[in-house]
Amino acid sequence: MADLRNNFVGIKSPNPFWLASAPPTDKAYNVERAFKAGWGGVVWKTLGEEGPPVVNVNGPRYGAIYGADRRLLGLNNIELITDRSLQINLREMKQVKMNWPDRALIASIMVPCEEEAWKAILPLVEETGADGIELNFGCPHGMSERGMGAAVGQVPEYIEMVVRWCKQYTRMPVITKLTPNITDVRKPARAAKAGGTDAVSLINTINSIVSVDLDLFAPNPTVAGKGTHGGYCGPAVKPIALNMVAEIARDPQTHGLPISGIGGVTTWRDAAEFLALGAGNVQVCTAAMTYGFKIVEEMISGLGNWMDDKGHANLEAITGRAVRNVTDWQYLDLNYVAKARINQDLCISCGRCHIACEDTSHQAIMKEKDGKRHFEVMDDECVGCNLCVNVCPVDDCITLEAMAPGTVDERTGRIVTGEYANWTTHPNNPAAKAAEPAE
Amino acid sequence: MAQGDVKQGIVSGRLAPNQYADNFSDLHPPLDRHEAIVEADRCYFCYDAPCMNACPTTIDIPMFIREIATGNGMGAAETIFEQNILGGMCARVCPTEQLCEEACVREEAEGKPVRIGLLQRYATDMAMADNRQFFERAASTGKTIAVVGAGPAGLAAAHRLAVKGHEVTIYDSRPKAGGLNEYGIASYKSTDQFAQAEVDYVTAIGGINIINGKTFGQDFTLQQLQERYDAVFLGMGLGGVNALRAENEDAEGVANAVDFIAELRQAGDLSGLPIGRRVVVIGGGMTAVDAAVQSKLLGAEEVNIVYRRGKEQMSASEFEQDLAAAKGVTIRHWMAPRRVVSEGGRVTGVELAYTAMVDGQLRETGETLVLAADQVFKAIGQTLNSDGGALELAGGKIAVDEFGRTSVSGVWAGGDCATGGDDLTVTAVAEGRDAAEHIHAALLAT
Ligand SMILES: Cc1cc2nc3c(=O)[nH]c(=O)nc-3n(C[C@H](O)[C@H](O)[C@H](O)COP(=O)(O)OP(=O)(O)OC[C@H]3O[C@@H](n4cnc5c(N)ncnc54)[C@H](O)[C@@H]3O)c2cc1C
Ligand SMILES: Cc1cc2nc3c(=O)[nH]c(=O)nc-3n(C[C@H](O)[C@H](O)[C@H](O)COP(=O)(O)O)c2cc1C
Ligand code: SF4
Ligand code: SF4
Ligand code: SF4
Repeated sequence: MADLRNNFVGIKSPNPFWLASAPPTDKAYNVERAFKAGWGGVVWKTLGEEGPPVVNVNGPRYGAIYGADRRLLGLNNIELITDRSLQINLREMKQVKMNWPDRALIASIMVPCEEEAWKAILPLVEETGADGIELNFGCPHGMSERGMGAAVGQVPEYIEMVVRWCKQYTRMPVITKLTPNITDVRKPARAAKAGGTDAVSLINTINSIVSVDLDLFAPNPTVAGKGTHGGYCGPAVKPIALNMVAEIARDPQTHGLPISGIGGVTTWRDAAEFLALGAGNVQVCTAAMTYGFKIVEEMISGLGNWMDDKGHANLEAITGRAVRNVTDWQYLDLNYVAKARINQDLCISCGRCHIACEDTSHQAIMKEKDGKRHFEVMDDECVGCNLCVNVCPVDDCITLEAMAPGTVDERTGRIVTGEYANWTTHPNNPAAKAAEPAE
Repeated sequence: MAQGDVKQGIVSGRLAPNQYADNFSDLHPPLDRHEAIVEADRCYFCYDAPCMNACPTTIDIPMFIREIATGNGMGAAETIFEQNILGGMCARVCPTEQLCEEACVREEAEGKPVRIGLLQRYATDMAMADNRQFFERAASTGKTIAVVGAGPAGLAAAHRLAVKGHEVTIYDSRPKAGGLNEYGIASYKSTDQFAQAEVDYVTAIGGINIINGKTFGQDFTLQQLQERYDAVFLGMGLGGVNALRAENEDAEGVANAVDFIAELRQAGDLSGLPIGRRVVVIGGGMTAVDAAVQSKLLGAEEVNIVYRRGKEQMSASEFEQDLAAAKGVTIRHWMAPRRVVSEGGRVTGVELAYTAMVDGQLRETGETLVLAADQVFKAIGQTLNSDGGALELAGGKIAVDEFGRTSVSGVWAGGDCATGGDDLTVTAVAEGRDAAEHIHAALLAT
């Protein structure tokens, strides 16, 4: 069995599955249950400064979008940081860490952007025996209106400053949690690195209005007739999170900076994808909130079996393996030619590939042959766009197949050379570097 | 289904009073909102959808299912009713396993078609419960049309003609409108007086006057209709029945299956409806199956269907045959009735000859068998009860062309009484509707 033990900036856990800072990690009761279920670590629900805790709304906090059969695809929330007192949280953290020494316990912190505030809370957290801290620069609603959370995470200079204070006032490893509500995630990541962070974690939730109540004409969730933008998470945000993780992993300035991947992790496969794009471990929130803690069993077993199948001995063997294959569009091989192929034995003749290609792509799929309903790709029209593959309801029924060098692309009449050539040297590119003189 | 009382002869009250309602409740209970949305989500929204092409009325199935999936049940109902104003009944009685659901690509993919019939019922029930009408009549054309028969064909024709602004009078010999929807369809397919509710829903458009108790060919002639109306549509179904031509078929206890079913459909209290202890039904179609199953549901101890050919030749669908078997009916193939056995004028059994195909011909093998019976139902096909004295027939039905025109100018026909298509409710609706379109075009041209 593959070794799933995780060492993330020196923080050890039996597996790379942590619960993200959120309701699942709000108190000892939940965290004890999570550890019993097998989670490798938790990032405790974000702590605020000493004094009266924040209050949450007393109406609905969540909204959702669904796929078929009410499968939850995206969750939106307007919850704030912990609404329990700092002292209670610290006491519980200490007890839990004592009970579960082999599990990772990270404290998530959000206090005002003042040196004194950070200086005050860090020793208190350290005293609990927590393995590290996570700086919550992400929360996009409520806290950001008070100059915290995303309001800090959107200003790289503030990030750098706060990280620096933390590195100064604690020996604990510092993980900086980034908000996706920015235009270029590399900027805050670079700032965190400049401040001396040990790692970044991302993404926090995305600003969103999940839906509108058409009777009330108000956003969901609606609290006494009004709604506000909330943070979006769950399976729907995974593609955005993956890209942001990859951007940081392949940025020369932050390459190698440990990343804790967050956003839509629901199955072992999602986790493996985050690891491949450079994450050292993953954090999960919505999936646990949807199905309960037991899902971690599937994640552990799935990841282990896949690693065994592929011969990956440990997590280091997969972390970052896909990063080198993430490139800019301009470097994609324009001489690579692929055509869609329909497996007639699998085809159930729904016609979706035809109408998708006919109405919105390249009119490359016939709907009839010898007077009979029949769907087949016409190579002289197919541009290999993959749309039909994506819309076909049958697994593996349509595949995109690369044309072998030496064959002729019927659409262009050109021979497939098999030689790499990209946009930077393409004749249609006004900025093309002077092509080598032919022969 | 509890075992009925085993009293000899044809008697009522074989079951405990509360068992009747159970036995005759909805065969396929309706979908609730959640079930409907889950089922609707299974539809792939196929291009040029095979299901739609397999529907005799060509309902835009992917569209109405998508409308259900998006919470637009009324839009779904409108999509259905545009093509099939009897979409509510069709949702209940169509042999979907031979029509839309057989063609559904998910049938091919995984043997589990989208349950189109139940979804159709979900949408149409919703609109009808709300008495939501989707059609308005065009300005009056001043034209009048006579329709004979208030069954599916006649009602569909009348509705479409009324929409176009014509005035329609329907004549029907029975005391209630609806045709076989009211008098023929198995009661577990159309519960809660649905047929009458549907007649009311269809005629609510206005411009349709139904006159019951008037029989074409008896109370009035084709010529009289032609003189009084601008056009005539005949949709009188098959009102006669074939004779068995077996010895002693008049013995007491022998009846036509369609008459038994009509009586059952009209019975206010099923516990008062007498049924035999041992019932034999002769025939191989939907009528035979319905008569047999409902005999069983009334508490008959032993019910046999006898059919002179094999399973494949039965016109009852496989689903219907399985249903019969599941309800405890025995289907005996390759047996032809020779003689009704009786004692003191009362039936006691049926003598059957074994049959076989010999050189492509159905032959009796010479061997015989007597099945004990105290009640025998004949379900060997219905016949046209009037040709109006002038209409050309083909295969015992009124010959029509693709537009529903008969051999007599100004007279159209559709449904079971006319050639073309299967004898199904949905086919009758399609033919009635299409004939109405053609009548309209013809009347405008004059
Ligand atoms: C027992 C049984 C079960 C069936 N089950 C199904 C089923 O489950 N699914 C399905 O799709 N199909 C079923 N069918 C077939 C379906 O009922 C018919 O195909 C359909 O009703 C035909 O419609 P129609 O309008 O042509 O005729 P009908 O429904 O027969 O209507 C004809 C109308 O004309 C009237 N009429 C007849 N003669 C005269 C006259 N001379 N003058 C005035 N009025 C007259 C009748 O009273 C009747 O109201 C079944 C049929 C039977 C007999
Ligand atoms: C109800 C709710 C409350 C959250 N509260 C916090 C929080 O207090 N601190 C924090 O850093 N992130 C918080 N998050 C964000 C999650 O930790 C996580 O970054 C985000 O949900 C994306 O992961 P997911 O797709 O697995 O849910 C919260 C998320 C939810 C749904
Ligand atoms: S790959 Fe694109 S162009 Fe080719 S057949 Fe599919 S949809 Fe059409
Ligand atoms: S989408 Fe797939 S299943 Fe449907 S017709 Fe095309 S190839 Fe066949
Ligand atoms: S064939 Fe089946 S899946 Fe396709 S549109 Fe019809 S019901 Fe939907």
